[in-house]
Amino acid sequence: MAVAEAKRNAAEARLSALALPQGGWTGVARAEALARLRAMGLPGRRDEYWRYTDPATLVQAEAAHAALFDPQDEPMVFTSFDRVKVVFVDGVFDPAQSDDLEAAGVELLSRQTADIHWAQSLYGVLETRGQTPVQRPLAALNTAAATEGVLIRVTGKAAKPVSLIYLHKSETSDAILHHCVKLEEGAELTLLENGPAAARFNKVLEVEVADGARFHHIRTQGRDHERRAVTHIFARLGRESLFKSFTLTANGVLTRNEAVIELTGDDAVAHVAGAAVGDGDFHHDDTVFVTHAAERCESRQVFKKVLKNGAVGVFQGKILVKPGAQKTDGYQISQSLLLDDHSQFLAKPELEIYADDVKCSHGSTSGAIDETALYYLRSRGVPLRQAQSLLVLAFLAEAIQEIEDEALAEDIRSRLESWLARHGQ
Amino acid sequence: MLEINNLHVKLEEDDKVILKGVNLKVEAGKVHAIMGPNGSGKSTLSYVLSGRDGYEVTDGSATLDGVELLEMEPEERAAAGLFLAFQYPVEIPGVGNMTFLRTAVNAQRKARGQEEMSAGEFLKVVREKAKALKIDAEMMKRPVNVGFSGGEKKRNEILQMAMLEPKMCILDETDSGLDVDAMKLVAEGVNALRDEGRAFLVITHYQRLLDHIKPDVVHIMADGRIVKTGGPELALEVENNGYAGILAEVL
Ligand SMILES: Nc1ncnc2c1ncn2[C@@H]1O[C@H](COP(=O)(O)OP(=O)(O)O)[C@@H](O)[C@H]1O
Ligand SMILES: [Mg+2]
Repeated sequence: MAVAEAKRNAAEARLSALALPQGGWTGVARAEALARLRAMGLPGRRDEYWRYTDPATLVQAEAAHAALFDPQDEPMVFTSFDRVKVVFVDGVFDPAQSDDLEAAGVELLSRQTADIHWAQSLYGVLETRGQTPVQRPLAALNTAAATEGVLIRVTGKAAKPVSLIYLHKSETSDAILHHCVKLEEGAELTLLENGPAAARFNKVLEVEVADGARFHHIRTQGRDHERRAVTHIFARLGRESLFKSFTLTANGVLTRNEAVIELTGDDAVAHVAGAAVGDGDFHHDDTVFVTHAAERCESRQVFKKVLKNGAVGVFQGKILVKPGAQKTDGYQISQSLLLDDHSQFLAKPELEIYADDVKCSHGSTSGAIDETALYYLRSRGVPLRQAQSLLVLAFLAEAIQEIEDEALAEDIRSRLESWLARHGQ
Repeated sequence: MLEINNLHVKLEEDDKVILKGVNLKVEAGKVHAIMGPNGSGKSTLSYVLSGRDGYEVTDGSATLDGVELLEMEPEERAAAGLFLAFQYPVEIPGVGNMTFLRTAVNAQRKARGQEEMSAGEFLKVVREKAKALKIDAEMMKRPVNVGFSGGEKKRNEILQMAMLEPKMCILDETDSGLDVDAMKLVAEGVNALRDEGRAFLVITHYQRLLDHIKPDVVHIMADGRIVKTGGPELALEVENNGYAGILAEVL
């Protein structure tokens, strides 16, 4: 009782620091989210789902201070790609730096346009579905409080990727963004996200992928060492649809990325992958929940982490196969490369299967760099650092391979290489 | 070219002494063979020369063209012109064979102050050399040694040697696990590289390989020492009578 009360008090304290938006077409969804949040309270360390990650700084009323990163230190990703740029500075849309959104069919949540019926059937809807069987109060908080975000509906093959760029300019900013993406039947979209966003960042992305539609998501996050982030992706997949999400995390004192994916149409494919590299004060948590609710669907979870100087990696991944979801093909791998004895990796892989004709495999490993391979490379004249970097990239390769577009994959690789070079690998 | 004097080596982890005073001198343009029973220290010698961790040199020296090797990092030894074809080539998942080779070639060029090879030029050279060793394009795309057969691994070692053009080549049991045809390919690869400025140290158990790669000098190693040195006839003696006779004579 005392615990539940503390959680509810935490929710009230957090809410009191926020100006909650009222009315508009999201009004009902927000009110419901608020009620959900008040009933659940905010997470605490004692929650099973937060066993490996302390949510205190994500939950507390004010964002902790986060120093800005020197942009000279690291080039931005995606700059050479033809894309529709949507820029948010500390969580606030910046029209001056953004492209023409109307032409690209991108709507803004902040405009509160009333006739977005499609968005009304999505905003908070997938988040609500994602609250069972596990509670995700920080996502409910997001639905209740977000005033900014994009609403994208795609009916054909999108001409260009939509690129969400999150700039961080204030050391105390506390950003909440909520995006809704709907891919109608047969549509295709690539969504890019990058940037540190804010001192504290809470983001929800709801994605509805209709029958035969294809969604590609590539994001990079981190960069500002002290920034904290909690993100949720809620996706629902129709028949023969494809969902592919890849995240690169480099730095960031605390990151919790949740992905909640529901395969509801037969023959759908969902891949979610992540590569995380952390040096020092770095805590990175991937929490994934994939539900197979239809036949012959394929899901893959591929998560790789490279940790050094006391960095901590967490993976909680689940595949739930519902009754009747026959011929499910589920795969899950989580691995960490520990570059020293101070770093640690905590993994909780789970399978829960209620159908008899399925193929599911999972594995989790943690290991050091292969000294023999390192020596072999060096004996061929490759200098130590370069050899290490080659082996680290090799370790991450399986995750990066999940990016279909080779040019984007190359961009991610070179970003990683520059990170490794700066961090003595 | 290579001069080893009174080399004593023990394991770093425990007190086990493996090399107990190795003396060896290999001149440029020559092929030396080392034969010897299992466990006599042949691989250890090649590892110590190439800079593998885990061994402690307690005495002696090894120089390449007068420069002390034992002080150098493994990559510096490679850049100085030393190459070891491994008895057990290492698998590196996730690193493509072609990437690996190109990285190695360019790293050595860079270390020697030469310009890097262009992608086109590299491809041309590597294709030609791979073809001679019957290494197909598919094998070049695969991760280094992963899923390669024993023979493929050994041919891949020779390909690396051909690309890196070292001046001192050590081959550690490159013939073991090879059938006759594969061994011929390997021998041809080695012979193609033979010239005035290059030397070879061929570690083997069998006369077979030495039929194809004719040695100038043959050494017998036993219990961490070179116990006998002679001409090619010494290899024949081993082939016919085993090591027992030779060892009885010297110990
Ligand atoms: N890393 C090691 N750990 C334990 N023993 C080793 C190690 N390296 C070599 N040895 C031992 O040293 C001796 C020489 O081994 P090695 O050099 O492989 O011989 P060869 O190649 O002549 O067969 C053997 O007794 C072997 O077991
Ligand atoms: Mg050996």
